[in-house]
Amino acid sequence: MTVAVAPPGKARRSRLAVPGRVTPASGLGLGVALVWFSLIVLIPLAAVVATAAEGGWSAFWRAVTNEQTAAAIRLTVSQAILVTVINMVMGTLIAWVLVRDQFFGKRLLEVLIDLPFALPTIVAGLVLLSLYGPKSPVGVDIVNKPSAVTVAFLFVTLPFVVRTVQPVLEELDPEVEEAAASLGASRLTTFRRVVLPSLIPAIAAGAALSFARAVSEYGSLVLLSGNLPFKTEVTSVRVLSSIENNNTAGAAAVATVLLAISLAVIVILDVVQRRMTRRG
Amino acid sequence: MQRRWKITLVAALAAALLGLAACGGSSSSSSGSSETIHIVGFAVPEAANKAIAEEWVKTPEGEGVKFVTSYGASGDQSRAVVGGLEADYVHFSVSSDVTRLVDAGLVAEDWNEGPTEGIVSSSIVVFAVREGNPKNIQTWDDLVKPGIEIVTPNPGSSGAARWNALAAYGQVIANGGTEAEAAEYLDKFFANVVALPSSGRDATTTFLGGTGDVLMAYENEAILAHQNGEEFDYIIPDTTMLIENPGAVLIDATPKATEWLAFVLGPDGQKQFAQKGFRPVISGVEYGEVEGANDPSNPFPEPKILLTVKKDFVSWSDLSKKFFDENDGIVTQAIAKSGKAQ
Repeated sequence: MTVAVAPPGKARRSRLAVPGRVTPASGLGLGVALVWFSLIVLIPLAAVVATAAEGGWSAFWRAVTNEQTAAAIRLTVSQAILVTVINMVMGTLIAWVLVRDQFFGKRLLEVLIDLPFALPTIVAGLVLLSLYGPKSPVGVDIVNKPSAVTVAFLFVTLPFVVRTVQPVLEELDPEVEEAAASLGASRLTTFRRVVLPSLIPAIAAGAALSFARAVSEYGSLVLLSGNLPFKTEVTSVRVLSSIENNNTAGAAAVATVLLAISLAVIVILDVVQRRMTRRG
Repeated sequence: MQRRWKITLVAALAAALLGLAACGGSSSSSSGSSETIHIVGFAVPEAANKAIAEEWVKTPEGEGVKFVTSYGASGDQSRAVVGGLEADYVHFSVSSDVTRLVDAGLVAEDWNEGPTEGIVSSSIVVFAVREGNPKNIQTWDDLVKPGIEIVTPNPGSSGAARWNALAAYGQVIANGGTEAEAAEYLDKFFANVVALPSSGRDATTTFLGGTGDVLMAYENEAILAHQNGEEFDYIIPDTTMLIENPGAVLIDATPKATEWLAFVLGPDGQKQFAQKGFRPVISGVEYGEVEGANDPSNPFPEPKILLTVKKDFVSWSDLSKKFFDENDGIVTQAIAKSGKAQ
């Protein structure tokens, strides 16, 4: 029912267990996994980069430095970072509440968390439009403003941090916190020194997913952001414009930049995760 | 425990791969029946095409013919056909989407040499306004007054939206303006735009959701929306643009597709288009009353000046470059300017 993410605790244990031995069964597993990964991910991604290279360096440079495109990339990346930071805090909070607190409707909330994954994003856009648009029943109108991008990103990325932090929290032994408390640590110190370090790898993993998802978002925005250049236009809309103009090389160039940025962020978060795992 | 689980996973993956390979093998040998016509089109005429198909299967030529249809954004559909989507007959929003198929060798060079020059359905650009027209928007000049909020699909990403931008530009010249004045008008026009949704349908949804005072729309979309109970008014400006949607039969298509196209272009096919709000592309079509039009008994009044691609913009390939080039198209630049001004 929950998104399966191996808690870092387990990863640590398996690293200690006999490394480097490949049995026939796991060899087959490795082979199948690599073929599968290549077919589904590696080859398509390589094709994107190859298409981007088609037009040569100058065409690539022209595509990504087009003023309007550059503004769209800036907006997309900065909003994705903002949303990822919010998710790191709110996602951890929600996970905490789901694991540690007992309240009416907890099971329901548990199920509802994953819904943003299930909802076609265009439907999400429609719902957000009627809720936070000019006809908003709650009096909030964010449509065609940069904050529309933030809200749409938040909607589609909510589950990631919750779902990565939750299983780790569940495995965390409350007795450790009790021990810390009995040694005179305040609740804040206990959280900061005892709980948080073991959560950080999971938060980082969730943040990476959340960032990558936000950077590529399109569907929930099309009705909400208005695609106003230099203001609310995100990168995926620019990519679409290039495709409409039969400029696939340009579209791939912009996509390649997004891929590179996402890769950089994921690597940074992975480094953080590893460092914390080693320290913890 | 964990090992056993892993082995199970390997087995499952291997099975899945095999299954996938098997599926791939069998699905390629799909029906080669000549009685099936694959229609690939842009989203707007779906209802009309369906109605025409229902009429056609009642005739001796159309009897027993089955249809497999695919509708979506015009440019995407055109690219899908180039990419291998099976099609016998295509119906797109703009000619450049058919030209793409000509370039790929899928449609004959002379596709646009028939009596209607390849056009199977047509409409005009109109202004959709709030019920009762509270801002009293009647003319193109009204659109660029301060404080008027315009919603138009994005000419960058939506081929169909290009008709609106062309209308806005062309009406200045048709009424005696210079190219510089027309470009200036475009700047003012896009400065008043509050949303540029990616497609015509998205723009309609945005407008009905409460954004903006006026939506750049097509007459047929406005009529169809009225038929579906949506509440807004539409205004036909004195000068407007003729929207021409091309249709073509592919070179490798079943011969039935050519008969289908002939029916679509005939009085019975055009009558069904008219019933859904499209202007007939041939004269003398008896369409009776058209529900949803401003005046159902005179649903398609002649605008004072009607711009056409051929008369006012030479050809699609010409105007695509001049107006919509990604870097220095006139419309592209007007949109960019509007963003920077804010």
